[in-house]
Formats: sequence, structure tokens, C-alpha cells
Amino acid sequence: MTMILSVAVLAALGLGLGWLLGLASQWLGATTDPVVERLTEALPGSQCGQCGYPGCGQAAIALSKGEAPVTLCPPGGRVVAEKLAEILGTTFDPGNLPDRGPLLARVRTDSCIGCSRCIKSCPTDAILGATKQLHVVLEEACIGCGACAEVCPTGGIDLEGIPVTLRNWRWHKPGVGHA
Amino acid sequence: MKIFRFRGGIHPEGNKDPTACHPIARLPLPKRLYIPLQQHIGEPAAPEVKVGDHVLKGQRLARHQGSVSAPVHAPTSGTVIAIGDHMAPHPSGLPVQTITLEPDGEERWIETEPAVDPFSLTRAEVAARVRDAGIVGLGGAAFPAAVKLDAGNRHPIDTLIINGGECEPYLTCDDRLMREGAGYVVEGVRLIANGLGAKRAVIAIEDNKPEALEAMRVAAAAHPGIRVLRVPSRYPMGSEKQLVTTVTGREIPAGKLSAEIGVSVHNVGTALAVCRAVRFGKPLVSRVVTVGGGAIRNPRNVVVPIGTPAADLVEFCGGFTVTPTRVLMGGPMMGQVLPGLEAPVVKGTSGIIALTAAEAHASSERACLHCGRCVDVCPVGLVPLELAARVRAGRIDDAAELGMGDCLSCGCCAYVCPAHLPLAHLFNYAKGEIAARREAQRKAEETRKLAEARRLRLAAEAAAKAARRPARPTEKAETES
Repeated sequence: MTMILSVAVLAALGLGLGWLLGLASQWLGATTDPVVERLTEALPGSQCGQCGYPGCGQAAIALSKGEAPVTLCPPGGRVVAEKLAEILGTTFDPGNLPDRGPLLARVRTDSCIGCSRCIKSCPTDAILGATKQLHVVLEEACIGCGACAEVCPTGGIDLEGIPVTLRNWRWHKPGVGHA
Repeated sequence: MKIFRFRGGIHPEGNKDPTACHPIARLPLPKRLYIPLQQHIGEPAAPEVKVGDHVLKGQRLARHQGSVSAPVHAPTSGTVIAIGDHMAPHPSGLPVQTITLEPDGEERWIETEPAVDPFSLTRAEVAARVRDAGIVGLGGAAFPAAVKLDAGNRHPIDTLIINGGECEPYLTCDDRLMREGAGYVVEGVRLIANGLGAKRAVIAIEDNKPEALEAMRVAAAAHPGIRVLRVPSRYPMGSEKQLVTTVTGREIPAGKLSAEIGVSVHNVGTALAVCRAVRFGKPLVSRVVTVGGGAIRNPRNVVVPIGTPAADLVEFCGGFTVTPTRVLMGGPMMGQVLPGLEAPVVKGTSGIIALTAAEAHASSERACLHCGRCVDVCPVGLVPLELAARVRAGRIDDAAELGMGDCLSCGCCAYVCPAHLPLAHLFNYAKGEIAARREAQRKAEETRKLAEARRLRLAAEAAAKAARRPARPTEKAETES
């Protein structure tokens, strides 16, 4: 008898609390903010964590609350910053952008021991290699987030700026005052 | 034949007489040749020789890679002494992968395969010979010529236009080429027309070159399919879009190729190179370059092996009379500033122009008057003053919406601007910025795809692991019991 009673009490408790929770989510639940959704859409989505937030979703929430500047995303660079500013309706001054430019990871051939930790950490699968073999970074896929450099046990991954070549060289802006 | 008018344009002072009156001279072999592997639009060529190799004139040094590319050949016989970086003939002064050749002075040709009857070749054979000869557009754009011939397979071409406009001031290399090599040019025109399957060929020459017009008329008289057309001298007549409009009355839509409206345009120098390649099997290893400008002592046209440093050319033409304010590769309107005289002549180099301070018109900038002269002269119908204001304010996207991408960089707006605004520079900057943004956009999309692919891969791996797992606990249970 006591067993049946306890089962009944617990069941009733569960049902009641469940119903309350259901009601609460109906009345008080936070619907996903459309602004956050658009911000997430605009961010690269590689969850690299360079902005200081665990992932792009959290960064988007911080942006929507005004806790983070639109220039928070290093891999996104100027283009993403401008898009974020547009979504948030704020002005974006490119002068404020601490523009270190896009970076590329490079495995130092003499330091790589082939542990494959960097491969596992890379958010875009940009590192190739087998265990105990030299690893290599695919420049085309690398976003320069530095996740690999952090986990490398020998400190054998450098982040370097992308070298200026004839292909990516651009004219500078004529430096004159009046418009 | 009816001639149509394109909108805008300017009449800059020609300054062609000092070089147009002298026959083309031949440059003695330089001590060193610097042959860049990227002399064309597209992928750079891949080297096929090693340091220390002895090569013959016309031997292939680097092969083309990718669909838009061109091979590079030895301009003379000699020894490869280095493969590495050398200053590119580019305003940035950046290095480019370059093969350095030390000539042996013998000029020994590799065995060539002359065509028995070049007019019996199929279209594909013509295109293959043009590609293997490393021919690119010699008017300055350096677009691989074989790719243009191939476009004739995808789009029916009814009109071949040969660009003898040479509308840039100072430049006379095409003028002299037509006067002295009219027969070869006409044969090249017939071969290109064959290669494209075009029934009609029009050689368009500006009316400021009466001798070239006459020479070409005589040479083309025997060929009813070829017309030599006298077009008015108006810059930028030699620009592809403007020339197509002038000759056919058709306009190339924004972002489209001339082939899509049934027209193909090639430069006269390209026609001559095609004749050499298809008839004689000789690759492109030299070109005519105008060495001119007020600062050159004896300005003239010179046949130059590809890879000759600009300094050798200047020296051959008597050196400088005064220190030039600016040395340009190409003409003064669309030419690029040469970073140094050690930069070599490449396939697309039409001129080395050394301007004096008076010619360079360096004057300080004032505020925009909103006079609208730039609007009147813009050949593509843009509003340069509005574009400039937006580019200055950093509103690149707004400028793109106003048609920044259609700008030819012809420089007409900057030429007429009474306030001396650096319009051409601003627009070059803006177009670079637009390209950089497009690239960043592409990279961001690529990153998103890669991150998504990784997420899916990890999920699939986890699922596969989970599917294997039920087997394990039973094993464990058995061992435990």
C-alpha cells in the first residue's frame, strides 16, 4: 500500500510540476530573438572562439545586448563587421578596427611530431596529416583562428599574416583630406 | 561602312610624332633576360627547366597550367642562371617568380614546325598552335589569345575586329607594325578569322595613322572578307567595348564578354604573333615596344626580346635628357607606373614612357566643383563625381551599386577634371576594395560550409560509435560474470 501511495504521489508531483513548467514556458519562455538569429547567420559559424565567447551563437547574443563591439570577429574581418553593424543599426568606423588582417597557420616542419592534436582542434578541418607524420595546413581552408597553435605540444604552429603578392595586392586609398 | 559613335571620350594630345617617324629598331641582345612566369591574366606558368640548363631560342621554359594561362618561351639561346624572385613590372614593385637567362649570343632557334598550308588547319589546330606559342593579347591586357579563340566554339562569332586604334598618346608600336609588317598582320587576321569561324573581319584604325591605313588597305585588298575601317581618333577608341560599339553599333552588356554578342576583338600585334605561330611555328619571344616621352633622348620603336630590363631599352634610346618625373609601362592614360628600371619588358608591354615634370601635369588637388565634365566624358555613362564622393566616404557598397564595377579605368574623368581630383586612383582603389570584399565574402561562405561539414562528420562519427556500443556492455557483462 505504501509503495502504491508513494508511486502515486511521485507521479502526481511529476505531472503537476511538468504542467507548471509547460505553462511557464508558454507564458514566460524566451522566444529566439530574430536579431540574434540574423547575427548568427552573419558570423562565420566556425565556433573558433577568437572573440572570447565559446561560439558564434553566444557572440551573437552578446552583440545583440551591446556587450561586444561589431569588430569582435577576427576571421570575419571588415566585411562581417560591416554586416553586423548593419543588422544592429549602428555605425561602424573602420578606423576603430584593430585590423591585424587575416592570418594563416603554418606548421613548422622541424617541430611537428605528428601528434594530430591540431587536426582535431581545427574548426574547419583545414589540417591534414597522419599520426607520426608531418601535418600540413590547407591555406584555402584556414581561417587563422589559432586553435591549433594553442593545443600544439611543441609550440610548432605559427600564425602568420597572408603575404602580399601580385594577386592580392590592391591600390591604397588616395590620402587626401577633402571630399 | 557605317560608323557608330560611343558616348563620352576625350581628345588628348597625341605626342606620337617623335616615335612614329622612325622605323622599328632592333635591340642588341641584353646581358641578362628576366622572364616572369606570370605575364598574362590567369594562372602563372610552371617552370620546366632547372638552373644551369642550356636552352635554345623558342624552347619552352614554363608550361601553362589551368584553363586560363599561357606558356613562356626562351627569347634567345643561353643558360638559365636563376629561377626566383625579381621585380615585377607592376606599380606595387612586388617580386614575381622569374627565370633569369644569360644569352650565349648565338640566337640558335629550336626546331620549329612550319605549317605547310596554315589555312587548311582546323579551328582546334589553330587554337592549339596559338596556345602553345604562348600568345596573349599584346594590346596590354595580356589575356591568353587561345582562350578567346576557344570562346568562338561556345558562341557563334560573326565579326572579328582587329584593334589598330592605338588611342593612347605616345604609343606608336602598332602604327609602325602595321606600316612595316602589313602582310603578316593581314595573314594573322585571316588565320584568327579561320580559328573563330568568323565570316567578316574588320581592321579598325584611327584616322591619325594615315600611313598605316594605306599600308593595311593595300595588304588587305586581295581579301574580300577583310575590311580596313578608318575610325575617328577619340580616346578610348582602343578599348574593346568602345571599339565594338563603333564598328558594329552593338553594345556589350555589363559583365558580359564580347563573344556573347558575336564579336571577338584582337590587337594588331596579336595578329602578327598568330601569323608567326601558326605559319612558322614560332612562339612569342619578342615584341615591339615604344620608348618615348619627353625625357627620352632618342624616342623610337624597338623590337625587344621578352624579359629585357627597361634600363637596357632606355640606354639604347640614348638615356634620359632630364630625370623623368614618372616612368610608365604602357601609355600615359592607362599605363602603370614602373617601380624601377630593372623591371623587365613582358608580353603586354606596349611602351616605356618617361614623362618630364611638364608632361606629368602634377598639380595639387582642389575641391570638386560639381561641374559635371567627368560625367560628359565617361565612356560607360557613370557619374564619376558621385562615385568619388562615396568612395572617399568609405561607402564602397554604395559606389558598387552606382556601377563602380563597369568603370574601365580609362582615366578620361581624371584627365578633364579641373579640380585635379585623383579620380582614376580612387576608382582603382574602390575596385580593389570591391574585389577584396568579394573574396572575403567567398571565404566566409567557404568557412561556414567547412564548419558545417565538420559538424556533420563529428555527428556521424558519434552515431557510428553509439551504434557499435551495445555490443560492448554484453561482452563486459560476460567477462564480469
